[in-house]
Amino acid sequence: MIEGSNMAECHPVGFRWVMKAKERGATIIHVDPRFTRTSAVADIHVPIRAGSDIVFLGGIIRYIVENERYFREYVVNYTNAPAIIADEYSDAEDNDGLFSGWKQDEAKYDIRTWMYKGVDPEPAGGARESESGKKGKPTQRNPIQAEHTDPTLQHPNCVFQILKKHYSRYTPEMVEQACGIPQELFLKVAEALCRNSGRERTSAFCYAVGWTQHTVGVQYIRTAAIIQLLLGNMGRPGGGIMALRGHASIQGSTDIPTLYNLLPGYLPMPKAAHDKDLKTYIGLNKAPSGWWGEFDKYFISLMKAWFGAAATEQNDWCYDYLPTLTGDHSHMNSVTYMADGKVDGYFVLGENPAVGSSNTTLQRKGLRHLKWLVVRDFSLIETAEFWRDAPEIQRGEVKTEDIGTEVFFFPAAAHTEKDGSFTNTQRLLQWHHKAVDPPGEARSELDFFFKIGQRLKKLYQAEYDQPRNWPIRDLTWDYPTKGAIAEPDAEAVLHEINGYTVKDRKPVEGFTSLEADGSTACGCWIYSGAYRDGVNMTARRKPHWEQNYVASEWAWAWPHNRRLLYNRASADPEGKPWSERKRYVWWDEEKKKWDGLDNPDFIVERPPSYKPGKEARGKDTIAGDDPFVMQADGKGWIFVPAGLQDGPLPTHYEPEESLIANPLYGQQCNPLRMEWWRKDNGYHRAYDDPRFPYQITTYRLTEHHTAGGMSRWLTWLSELQPQMFCEVSPELAAERGLKNGGWATIRTIRAQIEARVLVTNRIRPLKVRGRVVHQIGLPYHWSSKGLVRGDAANDLIVFVADPNVSIQESKAFSADIVAGRQGERQKATSGAIVPEIDPMAWQRDLPVARHKPESAHGYKAEETKEGNV
Amino acid sequence: MAAQKGFFTDTTLCIGCKACEVACKQWNQLPDDGFLFTAMSYDNTVQLGASTWRHVAFIERPVALSTQDAGAFSWLFSSDVCKHCARAGCLESCPTGSIIRTEYGSVYVQPDVCNGCGYCVVNCPFGVIDRREDDGRAWKCTLCYDRLREDMTPACAKHCPTASIQFGDLDELRRNAKERVEELHGKGLKEAYLYGADAESQPGTGGLNAFFLLLDKPEVYNLPPDPVVPTEKGKAAWRSMAMAVAGVAVAAVGSMLFGRGTQA
Repeated sequence: MIEGSNMAECHPVGFRWVMKAKERGATIIHVDPRFTRTSAVADIHVPIRAGSDIVFLGGIIRYIVENERYFREYVVNYTNAPAIIADEYSDAEDNDGLFSGWKQDEAKYDIRTWMYKGVDPEPAGGARESESGKKGKPTQRNPIQAEHTDPTLQHPNCVFQILKKHYSRYTPEMVEQACGIPQELFLKVAEALCRNSGRERTSAFCYAVGWTQHTVGVQYIRTAAIIQLLLGNMGRPGGGIMALRGHASIQGSTDIPTLYNLLPGYLPMPKAAHDKDLKTYIGLNKAPSGWWGEFDKYFISLMKAWFGAAATEQNDWCYDYLPTLTGDHSHMNSVTYMADGKVDGYFVLGENPAVGSSNTTLQRKGLRHLKWLVVRDFSLIETAEFWRDAPEIQRGEVKTEDIGTEVFFFPAAAHTEKDGSFTNTQRLLQWHHKAVDPPGEARSELDFFFKIGQRLKKLYQAEYDQPRNWPIRDLTWDYPTKGAIAEPDAEAVLHEINGYTVKDRKPVEGFTSLEADGSTACGCWIYSGAYRDGVNMTARRKPHWEQNYVASEWAWAWPHNRRLLYNRASADPEGKPWSERKRYVWWDEEKKKWDGLDNPDFIVERPPSYKPGKEARGKDTIAGDDPFVMQADGKGWIFVPAGLQDGPLPTHYEPEESLIANPLYGQQCNPLRMEWWRKDNGYHRAYDDPRFPYQITTYRLTEHHTAGGMSRWLTWLSELQPQMFCEVSPELAAERGLKNGGWATIRTIRAQIEARVLVTNRIRPLKVRGRVVHQIGLPYHWSSKGLVRGDAANDLIVFVADPNVSIQESKAFSADIVAGRQGERQKATSGAIVPEIDPMAWQRDLPVARHKPESAHGYKAEETKEGNV
Repeated sequence: MAAQKGFFTDTTLCIGCKACEVACKQWNQLPDDGFLFTAMSYDNTVQLGASTWRHVAFIERPVALSTQDAGAFSWLFSSDVCKHCARAGCLESCPTGSIIRTEYGSVYVQPDVCNGCGYCVVNCPFGVIDRREDDGRAWKCTLCYDRLREDMTPACAKHCPTASIQFGDLDELRRNAKERVEELHGKGLKEAYLYGADAESQPGTGGLNAFFLLLDKPEVYNLPPDPVVPTEKGKAAWRSMAMAVAGVAVAAVGSMLFGRGTQA
C-alpha cells in the first residue's frame, strides 16, 4: 500500500524492491490524487481528494473492526486495545470534532483525560520531544501503564470500544462522499488488506511527504499505525510502515538532528522553563518504565563525548553548557522572526528555502532582513542569490541596494568527493568512500564545521577565564585529518558517534554498554555499535546472496544492527513464530534466549513468561510478551494516552484551505494547527472561497532534485523536465480554456505564478459531496536560477503547520487558475492579489476553539517599517 | 568471436525514470537536445537522435491494462534504443565501411571513418541513426562497445533500477523473454508479446539484437509494425532495374541489328 508517496518517481532505486515484490505476487495499491509513474505499475490505483486520507484510512479501520477482521491474538496481547481509559475521557464523536480537555483560554488540550484509568498523568503535556516547556512544574514521571484492562475488549471505555465508536461514521458511503473514492473501489482495497494479513501474511505501508505535509500530518501516519496494529503487521517481516525520506540521509539528519528541539538519538533539548538542572532534566525524561529508563546513560555519555575530561559528576557533566529552549524555534517561526528583523544570522546547508519552503516570498523577505547569511551548495542557488534576481527584484518591488544582508557562499563537496555515511529510510547506515578530491575550494560540511570550531576556539582563547566561554574551551575538537586536502577523518567521527570507554578509547559494543557514571562517551546512542571493535560496520558490502535474506552483514542498521524494529512481535506471546512462513525471531527454550534471522529487538535472555513485579523500574517493567520495548507499557498504541497534542485518535479535519466543509464534524480544521496571522501570510476562507475554487497539490518529479540545487544546473537532467508546468484534467482545461502546451497563471492570495499547461487524463475530477472537485498538480522544482527556470510553486503556499512537528501544509490548498500569462506579477509581494475577504467569516473552528490567544500557535506579526512587503 | 550480445527491454518493468537516458549521456558525454517543453506527457527528448541514444517513450492510453484496476486508462513506458538489427540497413548502405558489425554482434559506427554522407540515416527502418548538425557525422548507440571491451555492462542497463533493460547473451535473453511472456500471460496480462525477438517474427530485419516486450501495437510505441531493411528492397529494385536495363539493352541491340536492316 503506497499512499502519500509517489515512490516510483521519488525513490526509483528503492522502488526496485517493490517491483521485485510485485514479480513475486504482491499486490501493489497506490492511493494518490494523481495517476503517477507509481500508479502506472500498481495493480490498483485509487484516486483520492488530497487532504482526505484520514477518512479513507479511518474507513479501513471501521471495515476491519466491524467485520472482525483484526488479528485478535495480536491485538489483545501486543496493543493497548484492552486498556481502559479514564472515565473523564470523551471522544471527538461526542463534541463535534473536539476531544475532552479542550482549554479555550490556551487553545490547547489538557491531555490528562486521555490517560489510562487510574494512572496519574504526566505534567508537561507529555510531549517529551516537542513540548517547548512554557508551562508545567517539574516532577518525576509516572509509569504510563494500563492499570485496568479488559482482554475481552468489551468494556465500553476500553481502547477497542472507543476506537470502534470513534470510526463508526467512517463508512464506505462517507469515504465516497469525502474522498471521491467509489465505494466499490474502497471495499476492494479494504478487503485486499484484510485478506493479506494475519498469521500467514503481512502487508506494508509506504508513505512520504504526501502524508506528512498537512496540518494533521502526524495523525495521518497514526491512522496507518492503527491499521497495521489491528492487522498484526508491525514487527513482522513484510509488514511495517515505511517512511520514505525526502533525500539522501534525511533520516540521518533526524537521528543526529538538525532539528532545533532534539539532541542526538532523540534526546530532547533542555527547556529553559523547567529543565533547571541535570537532576530535573533527567527526572523528567528518564521514563520509569520501558526502554527510556536508560535515558541517563545516553545523555551523560553524550556529554562525555562532547566535553571530554571537563564533564564530571561534580559539574553535572557540563549540563549547564547546553543551550536551553525558550520557545518554538521551528523553521516557520524562525523565518517570521527573520522577516521581522529579529534574527542576525542564518546558516543554510543542503537546502534552498527560497524555492523549497512554503511561502517563498516570505522566506526571501526573511533573508533580506538578516545581517549575514552563509550558504553552502554546489551552485549559486536562489537562496544565495536572492538579493540579485529574486522575482520581487526582477519586478522592481525590492531594490538590491536596499538589502543589507551580507552573503557568504561556500562551494560544497559532493558525496562522491568525501567520506561519510548515508542513513536511509530503513535506518540503514551505508558508508560512501571518497572517489575524487573536490574541485577548487569546495570542501565537505565536516571540514567546514571542524574549521569553524577551530577558529572559534582561537577567537575565544583569550577569554577562557570567563565561565561563559567554557563550552567552547571544553568542546572536544581533536579529529585527525587525512588526505591531500587534510579534511577531518570521517571514521574518527564515527568512532565518537559509536562511543568508547573513556579510559582507553576502545569502541563500545553497543548502547547496552553505556554507563551513567562518566566511564563511557557516546555521540549518539542509537548509532552505538556502528564502529564496534574498531570496524566500520557501515562499510560492509556482503551481498544478500551470500547470507540469509535479512542480509545483516550489508552495512549496519540502528539500533544494534536490527533490520526490523519491534521484531519480538513476529512471534506469538509464547515466543513461537506466528507461522513458519513468517518466522523471524523466536524464543529458544533450550538455549534460554531469543534467536532468529535478525537481531532480536528484545532483552535477549528474557523469557516470554516473564512478568514484572510491582516494584520493577526501567527495562525491568517490560514483560516477556511486550514487544514494543520503547513504549512505556511495551504495547503498540492504538490509542495514544500521552505524547500527541491534537488528539489520542486520528480525526478527520480539512486542510486549512479546503474546497468543502468538513463532512464529519463542525470543527473544520485541526484545532491545534499553527497559524501565522500576518499581512504577508494571508489565509483563504476555510472552504467555498469563491476566489479560489480549485485544489492544488504539489510534488516533485524523478528528473529533478527537490528545490533544484542538484539538477537545474545539469544539462542531462534539465532537458528531461525543462520548464515549470501544471497538470490539469481535460475537464478543467475545458472549463478554464487551458490549452495543452500553453500557459496558465495560478493564483492564491499570497502570489501568482505562471506555468506551462500539461493536460492529462492522469488527473481526474472527483465527485465529492455532490460537487466536482478539480485538482491541479504542481511540481515545485524551478525558480530564477539554473539552466532551466520557472516560477516557484511554493510562492503560492501559506504558513500553516501541524502542531506536533511544525511541518508545513503544502499538499492540499485552494487556488485559482486562468489561461495565459496574466501579468500583474508585481503584486506577489505587495499583499493580497485579489480583494481580501475576512477568512474567519467562514467557519473554520467551533466557537470554543476560535479566537486563539496570541502566541498560542505560531507567531503573530508586529508591524514592520517595511509594511506589507 | 565473442558471444552475441544484446538488450531485452521488458517494458512491463519500466517505471519511466529515464536513468538510462542520463547514464547513456553521461558515459558517452553527449550534449543535451535543448530545453524544450513538449507538453507530450513526460517526454521532452521526443525521439532517438544523434545526441539521444536511449529514449523513454511515455504513452497515456485510454485503455486499461488487463491486470490493472485503474479505470479505462494506463500509462506505458518504453526505453527505446538502436536495435542492432541482424540485418542492419545502416551498415549495408554505408559506402565508406564506417559502420561495422562488431565481435559482439552489435552495429558500430566508426566516427573516424564516417564521412557524413547520410545514407545510413535514410536506410534505418526505425529512424534511429542521425547526423549531428555540427560535424555532420552519423551517431547512435554503440552498445557501449568501449565498456564491453572492459567486460562492463552497457551504461543504460547498468543503471536501470528495475531490470527493465536487460543486457546479456542473446540466446539467453531470448529464452528469458519467451518465459517472461508466458509468465505474464499466466498472470492475465494477455496483451504481452515480443517485438523483434527473432528473424521468424521480423523477417524484414532478420531479428533485432535489441528487442522488446510490448503491451500494445508497435505503432503505439512509435515502432514500425513490419520493418524491412531498405537494402532488402534494394535487391529487388536492383533486380528489376537489371531486368529493365537488360530489356532496354536487348531492345537497343535488336533495333541496331534489325533497325539498320530496315533502314537499309
